Amino acid sequence: MKTMGFTQKIILGLLLALGLAGAAQANVGGPAWDKAPNKTNDMGALQNGAKVFVNYCLNCHSAAYMRYNRLTDIGLTEQQIKDNLLVTNTKIGDTMTAAIDPQQAKAWFGVNPPDLTVIARSRAGAGGSGADYLYTYMRSFYKDETKPTGWNNLLFPNVAMPHALWQLQGERRPIFEALTEHGNVVQVFKGWEQIKPGSMTTQQYDQTIGDLVSYLQWMGEPVQNTRVRVGIWVLLFLGVFSVLTWRLNAAYWKDIK
Amino acid sequence: MAEFHEISPNAAAGEKLLNWIDNRFPLSKLFKEHMSEYYAPKNFNIWYVFGVLSLLVLVIQIVTGIFLTMHYKPDAALAFGSVEYIMRDVPWGWLIRYMHSTGASAFFLVVYLHMYRGLIYGSYRKPRELTWLFGCAIFLALMAEAFMGYLLPWGQMSYWGAQVIVNLFSAIPFIGPDLALLIRGDFVVGDATLNRFFSFHVIAVPLVLLGLVVAHIIALHEVGSNNPDGVEIKATKGANGIPLDGIPFHPYYTVHDIFAVSVFLMVFTAIIFFAPEMGGYFLEYNNFIPANPFQTPLHIAPVWYFTPYYTLLRAVTSEMMYALIACVAVGAMLAVVKGKMPTLFKGLIAGGALVVVAMMLSIDAKFWGVVSMGGGVVILFFLPWLDNCAVKSIRYRPSWHKYLYAIFVINFVVLGYLGTQPPSAIGGRVSQAGTLFYFGFFMLMPWWSRIGTPKPVPDRVTYTAH
Repeated sequence: MKTMGFTQKIILGLLLALGLAGAAQANVGGPAWDKAPNKTNDMGALQNGAKVFVNYCLNCHSAAYMRYNRLTDIGLTEQQIKDNLLVTNTKIGDTMTAAIDPQQAKAWFGVNPPDLTVIARSRAGAGGSGADYLYTYMRSFYKDETKPTGWNNLLFPNVAMPHALWQLQGERRPIFEALTEHGNVVQVFKGWEQIKPGSMTTQQYDQTIGDLVSYLQWMGEPVQNTRVRVGIWVLLFLGVFSVLTWRLNAAYWKDIK
Repeated sequence: MAEFHEISPNAAAGEKLLNWIDNRFPLSKLFKEHMSEYYAPKNFNIWYVFGVLSLLVLVIQIVTGIFLTMHYKPDAALAFGSVEYIMRDVPWGWLIRYMHSTGASAFFLVVYLHMYRGLIYGSYRKPRELTWLFGCAIFLALMAEAFMGYLLPWGQMSYWGAQVIVNLFSAIPFIGPDLALLIRGDFVVGDATLNRFFSFHVIAVPLVLLGLVVAHIIALHEVGSNNPDGVEIKATKGANGIPLDGIPFHPYYTVHDIFAVSVFLMVFTAIIFFAPEMGGYFLEYNNFIPANPFQTPLHIAPVWYFTPYYTLLRAVTSEMMYALIACVAVGAMLAVVKGKMPTLFKGLIAGGALVVVAMMLSIDAKFWGVVSMGGGVVILFFLPWLDNCAVKSIRYRPSWHKYLYAIFVINFVVLGYLGTQPPSAIGGRVSQAGTLFYFGFFMLMPWWSRIGTPKPVPDRVTYTAH
């Protein structure tokens, strides 16, 4: 038992050390990310997200590893995909390629619009999941005439992308409040002011973005829900198996004195 | 060579077959020597499962690796896409890939625990030095294997991690730049690098690893296993020549290990199915962005299992060099003043120290950082000859040793944690103190391991029946 006590002491010490280290790192800069609704199990939301993605994002961004027929996983039939989501000259087994010519895109925006297949997986970080980041990003655009595209983003300052969904959201302006902190005047973000209305209310827009981000999250790993489902069965099996091997072990070891 | 053994024509078919084989290949003999008549101490505790778990993970990595190689494309233009192809279009490809990526982290986890077991119970000491040396070589090969494998998904972290580590070699005086060029096969990490890393990862290093694992086990079975008491069970044998505290590996430890394997698999599969990214520690988020040689990520961090050694590297700044030079000077001075050795040796030590200090002053700190990182691994090889304690196991060492070992573990984890973080002023100081402790622990071991009175070691192992 002596050794166990030793091990326990080490584990306790580790937890303490990591706790201290974690507390020291808790303060990170940048605007906080809003929590995205998780709708990767909601077929209706995913289908709506797919529609928004194909109609708005796919003009400039590809999803070069995502095949159209994989959308059958979110409850669409191949016929529905063909009728509603495929553009001319694409086949149901093709991957999602942007309509824009990459060289033109580079000339227009300064950068090539990144591929979005696994964008939700890549954007996770200390502030939250990749979905949280995208949910905040898509709701942080504001009009800024000093920028070439006329748009800027609070989460991603000087972003090359214009606000692709401005017709839905309308135009907004961030409100800052000047606060004095340690003798310095700092601008603290207080909220948004709607300047021009869009075709959607704020609530409708947030819900649409929630659907879109859930779709992006699903597209990053289409197997994610299957994975969890299979995992439960595997763990159940291993649970039973462990009980058997535990008893088998005990049956042999009862001879050892 | 054994006599040709005839068997009764009336024997059962199975017996006849076994006899036929045994006359041509030592099947029964091998099974007896390594399983049914290999006597292991009966007092193994939970620390003794990590060896077999390492073997299990090795098999998992080889088998999943074979299937991944069937679909993966080692080409800078295709590699990232082929991994996504495996994740999406290959039936059950996602499972194979997650097993492999989780397996890499699991491998290091069980190997670190296995090595720590050796450390606290003195398993590296006479007569098990070669078992320990083969094990250290396995650890080194495993690091090479993991490093090169990490380039293959061709994400941003793959690319920039390789770029940073290969560039370190260019810090070596005279041959460095050419050596880095030789490793990359190009002036920057590129297609040529990816191809040669693939070749090393799928065949060269695994061959070395397998050979070393066989040597590790042969050496172990030659001398027999140590145990938590550090008592040699072969010293107390019964009338039949079998150690009194030994039990046949099969069936006792095979059933033991099957239970350990099933518990391990529960943890392993829980990660694979419910958290394959493990919060960015097993699969880094940045690695879902394809490699871009024109865009350096803000923060480049290796995967968690390399981070303690990465911190040893980062800790060596030009400022830290003064502390290290002082350590060398004080060490040499103590040896010359206090050491009991011929004057010639003392002269050699003083001269050697002067040369080392001159080199430390003239060569860039970056190089010494590389020495620190490599030295952190290499120093493990010397452990059997650094430990002068009268007893093997932590159970019978002076009590204060336990605190020292506890600090060693905490220090190692803190070094690992700091390696995942961006550089900071406080973190930098902590990592420098941690680096000095890490090397001090080993280099001063010949001295501190002798201090204090060990507790009496029993003649037989301590064991209470379950």
